[in-house]
Amino acid sequence: MGRSLKIIGGEVYDPANGIDGAIKEICVEDGKVVQSCTGPAEVIDATNLVVMPGGVDIHTHIGSPAVNAARGFRPEDHRHVHFSKKPGLRSGVGSTVPSTFATGYLYAQMGYTTVMEGANAPIGVRHTHEELIDTPIVDKGLYIELGSNEFILKFIKAGEMEKVKRYVAWLIRSLKAYGVKLVNPGGVEQWKYGKDVKNLDDKVHYFDVTPRQILKALAWANESLGLPHSIHLHANSLGTPNNYLTTLDTMQTLEGSRLHVAHAQFHSYGGENWGGFCSKAAEIAEYINTHPNITTDIGQIVFGDATTITADGPWQYRLYKLSKNKWYNQDIEVESGCGIVPYTYRENNFVNSLQWAIGLELFLLIRDPWQVFLSTDHPNGGPFYLYPWIIRLLMDKPFRDEMLKRVHKRVMPETILKALDREYTLYEIAIISRAGPARALGLKHKGHLGVGADADITIYSKDSDKEQMFEHPVYVIKAGETVLRDGEIVHSPDGKTLFVVPPDVGEMDPTFKTEFENYYTIRYQNFPIDIEDIPNREAIPVGDPR
Amino acid sequence: MAESVAVKEPYVMTGVVCPYCGVTCDDLEVRVENGKITDVKNACVLGKDTFLHHLEGLSTPRLYGKPATIDECIDAAAGILAKAKYPLIYGLDSTELGAQRASIELADLIGANIDHTSSVCHAPSYQAVMTVGIPTCTSGETKNRADLVIFWGCNPAEAHPRHATRYSVTPKGMFTPKGKKDRMVIQVDVRPTPTTRIADAFIQMKPNSDYEVISALRALVKGHELEQTEIGGIAVDELKALVEKMKSCKFGIVYWGMGLTQTRGKYLNLVALLKLAQDLNEFTKFSCAAMRGHGNVVGMAQVLTWQTGYPFHVNMSRGYPRFNPGEFSVVDLLARKEVDAALIVAGDAIGNFPGSLAEHLRSIPLIAIDPKESDTTKVADIVIPSAQGAIGAGGMAYRMDHIPLMFKKVVESPYPSDREIIDRIIAKVKAMKSRGNGAPAPAGRG
Repeated sequence: MGRSLKIIGGEVYDPANGIDGAIKEICVEDGKVVQSCTGPAEVIDATNLVVMPGGVDIHTHIGSPAVNAARGFRPEDHRHVHFSKKPGLRSGVGSTVPSTFATGYLYAQMGYTTVMEGANAPIGVRHTHEELIDTPIVDKGLYIELGSNEFILKFIKAGEMEKVKRYVAWLIRSLKAYGVKLVNPGGVEQWKYGKDVKNLDDKVHYFDVTPRQILKALAWANESLGLPHSIHLHANSLGTPNNYLTTLDTMQTLEGSRLHVAHAQFHSYGGENWGGFCSKAAEIAEYINTHPNITTDIGQIVFGDATTITADGPWQYRLYKLSKNKWYNQDIEVESGCGIVPYTYRENNFVNSLQWAIGLELFLLIRDPWQVFLSTDHPNGGPFYLYPWIIRLLMDKPFRDEMLKRVHKRVMPETILKALDREYTLYEIAIISRAGPARALGLKHKGHLGVGADADITIYSKDSDKEQMFEHPVYVIKAGETVLRDGEIVHSPDGKTLFVVPPDVGEMDPTFKTEFENYYTIRYQNFPIDIEDIPNREAIPVGDPR
Repeated sequence: MAESVAVKEPYVMTGVVCPYCGVTCDDLEVRVENGKITDVKNACVLGKDTFLHHLEGLSTPRLYGKPATIDECIDAAAGILAKAKYPLIYGLDSTELGAQRASIELADLIGANIDHTSSVCHAPSYQAVMTVGIPTCTSGETKNRADLVIFWGCNPAEAHPRHATRYSVTPKGMFTPKGKKDRMVIQVDVRPTPTTRIADAFIQMKPNSDYEVISALRALVKGHELEQTEIGGIAVDELKALVEKMKSCKFGIVYWGMGLTQTRGKYLNLVALLKLAQDLNEFTKFSCAAMRGHGNVVGMAQVLTWQTGYPFHVNMSRGYPRFNPGEFSVVDLLARKEVDAALIVAGDAIGNFPGSLAEHLRSIPLIAIDPKESDTTKVADIVIPSAQGAIGAGGMAYRMDHIPLMFKKVVESPYPSDREIIDRIIAKVKAMKSRGNGAPAPAGRG
């Protein structure tokens, strides 16, 4: 800290400030972007280089009890990729579920500086924070999964909406969380007795509430608390043919409210069954194009090994039966669950190939890049460090066409990809990988290079091969410090944990402690996480109630 | 962070987390008078003993049998570890996460083998999970939902005394409002134990026949007929009745213990059991879970996994983590007499290992960090006493079902925590290496 830095001569892509490739000097002091440096500054000559804000990942699974269960039960995943210890750097392993230190290094090597861990059962958040602390360089936050939380189901059943709101605020405050996630709302609860919900009006056993009610209640609570990010939704019926109807119904249900639809690719399928599996990307994109309240990340699949990890237990059981791979399931008291199945996406598999095409169709059909963000739903659709390959597919139509020729031959007649001539510009890539996610997250000091922004900056050399370009930044600067130079990590600061302090909307009822202890197996007093247990942290303010 | 307590007035701490076994009760009430724990409420006899006898049998700082200061011991330990070519770090179950985490950093720094007590208890369970996965749940799911609970090769009445009352037998939960009356409890073992008294039914099998019995159950679940009339000493009709109970329950769970992991078949017993539980999900909701023993042994597996990718048997000698049961597992390393120095933290290796392994440990430079005297501290070259985790030192710990909780610091200890000691060793080793003293360990065994 206290360091001054000037990046001169670079071609700057800073969409949040409307800068589209202008040559512009960026000044940095005390970890922030400033108008001009007050004293002597180190100079980085970025002539002929591209300067962007550090990448922001709105949806990834990099550290949680579920991710660690996946690491632990997949030794075969790690053996072939290792990270040797170096001065100032710890050793680790890679592949689809890398170790924590390796995860931080891999994100930094790709020019990403902020990441959001996508799904956490509240009772395991204490663990997640520890993993995030051990994930160096990047800033990070976590969402808590509430879509089948039994207290919320009970409050909704009783019509006690204020209690829903108070409970959400209490959880976020107690757990130092960033946002609210819903995974297959209602379906995860159903899975606890081996079932699922079929549609948004299917009643959840015992609690007698529907996914539609859960969606509305949590969206309302989230918005009335003024949380910086909208609800972050893994919609019902993930991965199954004809699920696009559920996805459309879900978006219509929350019309007028902010909504982030996670990994939309997995929710844009048509066909009555796997035999008739087809793309409904156009329908989903059309809805998003006419509804600016919605943002989405794609969950693009990449060919090769993946590890599927989700709270969506019933889907994971189906995937286990389909793939015949090993299957991990953990149901979590009162709150949620998790299922893990290793999976390999193959170019010579029709469904996998069409999934690949559907993701790209969504990217290319959704017109406003501020609504669509880059993700693989890591490690569900494949590992995050293959984002540069996806960027090339988006920016390079001939490359995309080559790939389309390589995949399963039945895909060509099933996709409109060939007819989509759009090629993303650098400006648009800067939106979907930094400015857009930061804005959707309500992170005002991330994803841009205006005065006051965190000095998280990535500098690339231009290359006609965009995969090469985005895979190998020349410089990565995190909070004003150079962490990567010429592809090598030169410094590994800890990075901060970002969390939200919700407004005071009243204490939980005095009877809540008894209720809590009736159904949980830990003491109420042992649930909250002490802020001092998170050494490097930053509180993000809430906005006005919406 | 755990509250620190310097007041001399008697005080009572509530919601205290017990370090004894994997049940990890978090409802203890501990009374402290004049720096001494005088009363413990809610704990079982094992937990109560742990707290009430916290001042007994304490270890003292020693260097080659002679009294020394902590600083001298740390310097000497760092010297040994910095010079060792193929060191071992082992134990680590009875301490908090911070110490476990530091021990991995140390292993990374000196290129050590690092293993923990899972290696000799539930490693086969993990290996089975690596092979086929597992359907499992947190203890609260058992409390809220389970109407069929099977204890297989474990004896919670003696080893995990409050498991039955907190999670698995008597508690009333959301869908089990009548507690015990809403649950059928079955015990499967080779002989009756005190757990038999809390079970509704006891199924006795011949020793070392778990694999056959579980395989037969799988066949029956899948609707196959068996030619035999008895398997492993159990009548097939009795197995059929068990399968019917398993298929017709609403939420079943099998808890297993070392009766499966450390007997004939080892991890294959578990592969069979985990597959059985997976198969049963065709018919109903079915889970299974390991009855983990020593305090925070799960925590060590957790942090080792997130930092290195592997839960145990990790070798850092090439500068990155490698995992191989049989090669880097502690018993095999010692049996082959490969390690040339050992650091034992919060665990008693000498007391628990076969004589020949203990013999090798005695023959190499041996460092013990432990609050209490043990068979290991008695023969160690360097003994560094520490504040006992969950009593004199706070920090994170995991329950057997991977739920994270916080140990509280209940009383002051004159000694530093395990974490602080290891951090100081790390700093010392780094200083030595940067001075060129104690040359960096060459990579592996050539």
